[in-house]
Amino acid sequence: MSMKYVIIGNSIASTGCIEGIRATDKDGSITVIGAEPHHVYGRPLISYLLEGKTDLERIKYRPDDFYEVNKCEFLSGVRAVKIDLKDKVVETENGGTIPYDKLLIATGSRPFVPRITGLEKYEYHTFMTLDDALRLDKKIRETANAKVLIIGAGLIGLKCAEALRKYASKITVVDMADRVLPSILDAEGAEIIKKHLEANGVDFVLSTAANLDDFKFDILCVCAGVIPETGLAKAAGLEVGRGIFIDDRAATTAIDVYAAGDCTESVSGVTGARGATPILPNAYIQGETAGINMAGGRAVCDKYIPMNAIGFFGKHILTAGVYDGETVTVKRDGGFKKLFIKDGLLKGYIFIDDFKRAGIYTALIRDKTDLSGIDSDALADDISLARVYKKNRRDEILKKTDLRGQGV
Amino acid sequence: MKKIYVQEEWCLKCRLCEYVCAYANSGCENIVFALKNRPISPRITVEDDGKICFAVSCRHCDDPSCLKGCISGAISKADGVVRIDKNKCVGCLTCVLSCPYGAISVGPEGTATKCELCIGNAGGTPMCVRFCPNRAIICE
Amino acid sequence: MPINYEDNIYEVIRNRERCINCRVCERQCANLVHKYSAETGEMVSDSMTCVDCQRCVSLCPTKALKIIKNINTYRDNANWSESAIKSLYKQAESGGVLLSSMGTPEPYPVYWDKILINASQVTNPSIDPLREPMETRVSLSRRPQNVERDGEGNIVNTIKNALTLSVPIMFSAMSYGSISYNAHKSLAIAAKKLGIFYNTGEGGLHRDFYEYGANTIVQVASGRFGVYKDYLDAGAAVEIKMGQGAKPGIGGHLPGEKIVDDVSKTRMIPKGTDAISPAPHHDIYSIEDLRQLVFSLKEATNYTKPVIVKIAAVHNIAAIASGIARSGADIIAIDGFRGGTGAAPTRIRDNVGIPVELALACVDTRLREEGIRNDIALVVGGSIRNSADIVKAVALGADAVYIATGALLALGCHLCRSCHLGKCNWGIATQNPELVKRLNPETGSVRLINLVTAWKHEIEEMMGGMGINSIEALRGNRLMLRGIGLTNKELEILGIYHAGE
Repeated sequence: MSMKYVIIGNSIASTGCIEGIRATDKDGSITVIGAEPHHVYGRPLISYLLEGKTDLERIKYRPDDFYEVNKCEFLSGVRAVKIDLKDKVVETENGGTIPYDKLLIATGSRPFVPRITGLEKYEYHTFMTLDDALRLDKKIRETANAKVLIIGAGLIGLKCAEALRKYASKITVVDMADRVLPSILDAEGAEIIKKHLEANGVDFVLSTAANLDDFKFDILCVCAGVIPETGLAKAAGLEVGRGIFIDDRAATTAIDVYAAGDCTESVSGVTGARGATPILPNAYIQGETAGINMAGGRAVCDKYIPMNAIGFFGKHILTAGVYDGETVTVKRDGGFKKLFIKDGLLKGYIFIDDFKRAGIYTALIRDKTDLSGIDSDALADDISLARVYKKNRRDEILKKTDLRGQGV
Repeated sequence: MKKIYVQEEWCLKCRLCEYVCAYANSGCENIVFALKNRPISPRITVEDDGKICFAVSCRHCDDPSCLKGCISGAISKADGVVRIDKNKCVGCLTCVLSCPYGAISVGPEGTATKCELCIGNAGGTPMCVRFCPNRAIICE
Repeated sequence: MPINYEDNIYEVIRNRERCINCRVCERQCANLVHKYSAETGEMVSDSMTCVDCQRCVSLCPTKALKIIKNINTYRDNANWSESAIKSLYKQAESGGVLLSSMGTPEPYPVYWDKILINASQVTNPSIDPLREPMETRVSLSRRPQNVERDGEGNIVNTIKNALTLSVPIMFSAMSYGSISYNAHKSLAIAAKKLGIFYNTGEGGLHRDFYEYGANTIVQVASGRFGVYKDYLDAGAAVEIKMGQGAKPGIGGHLPGEKIVDDVSKTRMIPKGTDAISPAPHHDIYSIEDLRQLVFSLKEATNYTKPVIVKIAAVHNIAAIASGIARSGADIIAIDGFRGGTGAAPTRIRDNVGIPVELALACVDTRLREEGIRNDIALVVGGSIRNSADIVKAVALGADAVYIATGALLALGCHLCRSCHLGKCNWGIATQNPELVKRLNPETGSVRLINLVTAWKHEIEEMMGGMGINSIEALRGNRLMLRGIGLTNKELEILGIYHAGE
């Protein structure tokens, strides 16, 4: 009897899930219910699309024949409206019912629109989906010398600012926070980025609750973050905090129901903290983990750490972990590199334009590698495997095995 | 599928591998034109930490974290080789952040580059393996 | 400051158009010839310390380097050649004995090159080694004078303790200390895979190499370094070194810098002390004394191993060999004066001894005349350069040959003759770990195996050409040789006819 897999959502977690299922089960039927009428694409790419650095073809996360090759039925533009745990069916807005043996909820998130004085008087844009980007693209092209006001100096807001910069006559970013990118940068790093963005023509009004009547603008973008899309799960009675709670197998509290991606929260095996880590790599890995487990395999993922790679006007920011502990800072050749070290462990880092072999640091954080014998200045200097992996290097790093999941 | 392995006891840190790699991936027929007076982007790095030295390049992991973290779907794996489609890569560097070997770097066009076992280049054997003077880099 | 009379012998020529400043040359030169100048952004070379080892040339990815002789010229003088003058300057500066390495580079006659090999035509058909069996195996031992048979007519094998070689080639003595661990390992692996033997020299046998014992000849020399029961037991044969072709009549001297950890342990002498082998064996002043040592060693090894006596080719070689043949030794090894060494006083190397071809011919002749040729096997070394040299040596009467310089060349040696400096860029004649690791025995042994295999094919081909299908049938078959451009005296000593005769 072949399994019926149903996936709600059609983004990165879903892709991971499909590939996870197919690694184990070649035959079961997979139905993907996607509210957005698009081939799967990487959400972070919409700013590149808006900026013209990619296009509707290249933005596709997987090749055109992806669903076909993986034998998926893709319900494009169909929204799921209810999960019936008892009968194991998903109901769709067009009245369809889709039975499942195993279900993945990968509903992602939706833009958070905060209370903003005067917001009711204006048309505004959000910047999360491909359609958002297309709408904004149309608008900016229609509006000559547009003055753009962006609410939110986080990742989405600033990517939006960068994308629109060349079309707009003026871009102003407003945020209640006192610095840019507060979710990924400390004050020092934020200052570097703020200056760089200012030098590229982005103005900032920080530490300010926006009153729209105080600004002159033609286009308004609300980029104040996202909140997990948990409505379906909550209504079905799953345990939901800020996100849908999943365990290290990506299983929810309901039998045969899994969840992955931005709509979830979980306990990190690295930091011990329960919460959401809504970044793309996690979405894929959770999705894949769910897929493997749904198909009867065994997979675990809990090595979550916050990490981010993002760039603005040619300046690259790579960050990971938490900013806790003693810092070591290296500034050279216009770059900035800061490590956070505590109890002989690397806790986090912020790299700006000085990121050579950054992944080695990421692995040190994730694997909680004991660095107590290593001089922290040397660590902050040029990293190498030779420097940090003294024992087992030959067998584990350079020979036949891969690092992931192995304490070195 | 063959993989590149290093035998660190034989690495001489001569760094020839870095140069022949840069040459192999330069698209230039002439090694002098490819490497003279220009920054080079080798996909293999010789680590030299005093007594220990060895070359590191992409391990083509069974469980590639670069591939899973790629935001644009530019990284794929087929026949044991992890490759980056530079046409799709937007240069966000999430893969640089993810690779536990530090084997991914930024290429001349701003996109991510890494060892692809010379499969796109002439000859079957990766250049670093062919030109290692002491068989410190092997492909098996 | 006094005037420095020394002049660089070589000059590094860098093609700036091709140099990409990759600094591979800089990293690979232990003599610190190449350096990157951050100021000019270019490589600079100091030719003064260049020994012309060709390491940089070989590794330069763009072939931007070449090393030429310094064309700076002294005034022509047929009597006082430039090298004669330079040597004199050096000694006036240092007050010391001139040292050099490897075999003599002086243009003494190479008799191999004045001997031609025969081939069959019509009456005695040649043999195609690709189609017909060809025997290159030799057995080194004392041979019986007569064939003995038992009551039923079967041949009784009275041969004891023979060294059996798949080809009549052995790697001659080079001590661990004078050459590196990896060079030794390469030789050991190759000897084992080829079914031949390598020789420890007088540096003892590293513990790691005991596993290659069945293909090892252990040497006992005047310094007795590293000699003890396990050592003698480990080898397949024991060689007493009386003399060495490159420096007959003198001992050896391995400077303290080369007596590092493992070398000291293997030689059984304290770290950092000079290893000095006396010129004579202090217990050997006659053939009778030698006989005593031969039998001491046989006794120590329970008469299970052949004993080799190695001597340098000197004027009175025939009489000496005759004595050795009567000493109870199983094999004589004769080392010609063009042979190599890690380090030797230049004047000795270039002036003492005689060519091995003549030594071999006169020894073989003498032993035959005395009816004792079968009492002993004859191995010659010292300037065997190719398979034709081997065929000629065998036809002149050798059972097998020793090669050392040839083996080192296979391992990468470029004959820069600077072994005595201890900074061998090819990882051969050095104990510096950074340099030693440049010779990966995995590749080194393969190159040695390739070389010997190639020579084997060539030997078979030449034998086949002569209509001979077994190397034993070639031994002492001097009719297969003709001299060219040789005097009557030389022909007489070599025991061969001139071409056309």
